[in-house]
Amino acid sequence: MNYITLKNNSSVSLKKIPVAPYSRFMEANVSIMSDNVNNHCVSYFGCPAGGKVRLFCAIAADETHDIYVSSALVNSSEELSSFAAHNPAFEKFEREIHENFGITYPDHPWLKPVRYSSDRADRPARVLNYPFFSSESEELHEVGVGPIHAGIIEPGHFRFICNGEQILHLEIQLGYQHRGIERLFLEKKKILQRSTLAESIAGDTAAGHSAAFVNLWEGLCGFVPDFGLMFQRTLALELERIAMHTGDLSAICTDIAYQLGSSVFGRLRTPVINYFQEWCGNRLAKGLIRAGKTNYQFTGELGSRLIELFDEYEPDFNEMSDRLFKSSSVLARLEKTGVVDIKSSRLLGVVGMAARASNNKRDIRSSHPHDMYEKLGHEPVIKYHGDVCSRSQVRREEISQSIAHIRELLKDIPPADNKRENLKSPDPDTFSISLVEGWRGEICHCAITGGKGELVSYKIKDPSFHNWLALALAVRNNEISDFPICNKSFSLSYCGHDL
Amino acid sequence: MIKNFIILAHQGKQYIPDVTKAAVPGIFKGRPVISGIRINEKKLAGICPVDAISTGPVSLDLGKCTFCGECSFAFPGKIMFTADYRLASNDRDMLVVRENEDRPISVDRGNIRSEVHRFFRGSLKLRQVSAGGDNSCELELNACGNVNFDMGRFGIEFVASPRHADGIVITGPITENMAEPLRICYEAVPHPKIIILAGTDAISGGIFAGTGALNRAFADNNRIDLYVPGNPVHPLAFINGVLDLITP
Repeated sequence: MNYITLKNNSSVSLKKIPVAPYSRFMEANVSIMSDNVNNHCVSYFGCPAGGKVRLFCAIAADETHDIYVSSALVNSSEELSSFAAHNPAFEKFEREIHENFGITYPDHPWLKPVRYSSDRADRPARVLNYPFFSSESEELHEVGVGPIHAGIIEPGHFRFICNGEQILHLEIQLGYQHRGIERLFLEKKKILQRSTLAESIAGDTAAGHSAAFVNLWEGLCGFVPDFGLMFQRTLALELERIAMHTGDLSAICTDIAYQLGSSVFGRLRTPVINYFQEWCGNRLAKGLIRAGKTNYQFTGELGSRLIELFDEYEPDFNEMSDRLFKSSSVLARLEKTGVVDIKSSRLLGVVGMAARASNNKRDIRSSHPHDMYEKLGHEPVIKYHGDVCSRSQVRREEISQSIAHIRELLKDIPPADNKRENLKSPDPDTFSISLVEGWRGEICHCAITGGKGELVSYKIKDPSFHNWLALALAVRNNEISDFPICNKSFSLSYCGHDL
Repeated sequence: MIKNFIILAHQGKQYIPDVTKAAVPGIFKGRPVISGIRINEKKLAGICPVDAISTGPVSLDLGKCTFCGECSFAFPGKIMFTADYRLASNDRDMLVVRENEDRPISVDRGNIRSEVHRFFRGSLKLRQVSAGGDNSCELELNACGNVNFDMGRFGIEFVASPRHADGIVITGPITENMAEPLRICYEAVPHPKIIILAGTDAISGGIFAGTGALNRAFADNNRIDLYVPGNPVHPLAFINGVLDLITP
């Protein structure tokens, strides 16, 4: 066997992960991906190993709920043949390995920098000198936008090649937000520091990334979370989804100048994030999720408050949504705009809500369930057109679904229980993986420990890592004036990508 | 059309009538108070993930604090976070809360740039620059302008171009990769102009302070007109801080 089969949130001794020669490693992973459209790469990264680089590849099989993990040992000066030449879903993983270690892939379609990380192999490279594609044509023009944008959003550079108003090509250059988070996971030794880092990976996904971190860490330390902890994490994940989806519907309305929807969805988000504040003192749920413990007991009183909140939220949300999706002037802007068909969605490895809008059934909550999702029997919301409208409708229906899930959870609130064992030290020489379905999509954290249980590698993958390329391709042949709604309909993270 | 009016009517009154006096719902970790009781100070300081706590006597630097609250869970009689959201000041030193001192944090009126009241009272247009911000402060700054907080009623707004702005609001710890775009943006703002640092990451670097991917030269070498602590900043902390700065 060229790989080992794991389940979500599991750990395995490093020795048990086969080390194959690179050619067999590549063949195995590329063929697992081509065998079944529901197999997809969740993480592929390098880890320094005694002067060499050990490459780890994790592919999730949605139908069997397995994760296949394999590895290969290579030299950083090596020229390797590229996975991406066979399957474009690997393109950014290989660019990242190239950027971090200097390994080159002569047959990679575009071996460009990913984020200009602070410990990149090519030190003189500068973020301001990114090698954009350009056109020599006298009929086409280029439009550069960013890194600083017009709204209150994060920085990134968009370079359009246009024919008049029509976008022929978009290249998205990121890296401006790079804070060196993965390295800091190794340098900051206190568990509280690492929790703080986890909720800063993407502050709009504090619950999502924190859940991935604590699930991973508890697994490494041999701690089994009790019902109370799993209940809180599931609740936080679904509340975060409701809040962010509502905010995004507001922003989509803003971008089509639909003031009523913008204001109503905007104000509907407020009670949801204020509820986080009532529960844990932070509107974005920072500080709520901690490994092996909780500082904020969930009480019956909080449960009743949440039901009250939903009883008020739902009629107003449904009324506004009905109006939105029946308004012809709204639909004229959303339908057939920014289309990603199912074939492209699978080919690019799109994940999460954006995948589900293209009938691509990616949802960790059902394929690799964690926390309370198995018990909830979650079924993904699926739409078929892959346009801005489908991505908006997925949000609408997922909000209703999340409320239903939470109402189900609240029927059985776990009793207050503060008797929890302290976390032990992490196991030595171990590989650990955790997948969580955040509101954007699949989050993957991997950790590798050394001989004394110390962290030697911490790998984070935000769903945006896959989805930025889908946005770039979705806007082709659209008018440049439709770019904002396309962008908003994906609502991707810059800092989650740049790390 | 009639349907739109029905929806409007169903929203009721959403704005906060007086943002200077509004109470924050639930638990809010605002300005802390540190009591004089004796505790193991070394242990207390050791809890903090960002070294915001100094000992002998105990003090807590809100410019570094991530408001995780772990210190107050471990030593509930020593450090108590109050619901006071007035956290902003133009004096970096005022963000340091000391033992046995229960005094409000405010703008030092003697130290406000002379042009601020002359030009910006009643109208302040701001350009926001995220320089490694994690999108939490950005979401909260957006919320300042929503129908609930409605910062626009005071003439305070975020604008799309530095050319239209009276100052910049920085979020995030200021990454090396954003250092140059930030400098260019600031230079594009016409004089007179102010700088506001919003959130713990912007003020001190937060959990990222002193690490290799940052370049904080801009924050270190320019005069800062307002510091607004928070992780993320609460809209009420931001709005009240800016009002405190521009209201004569």
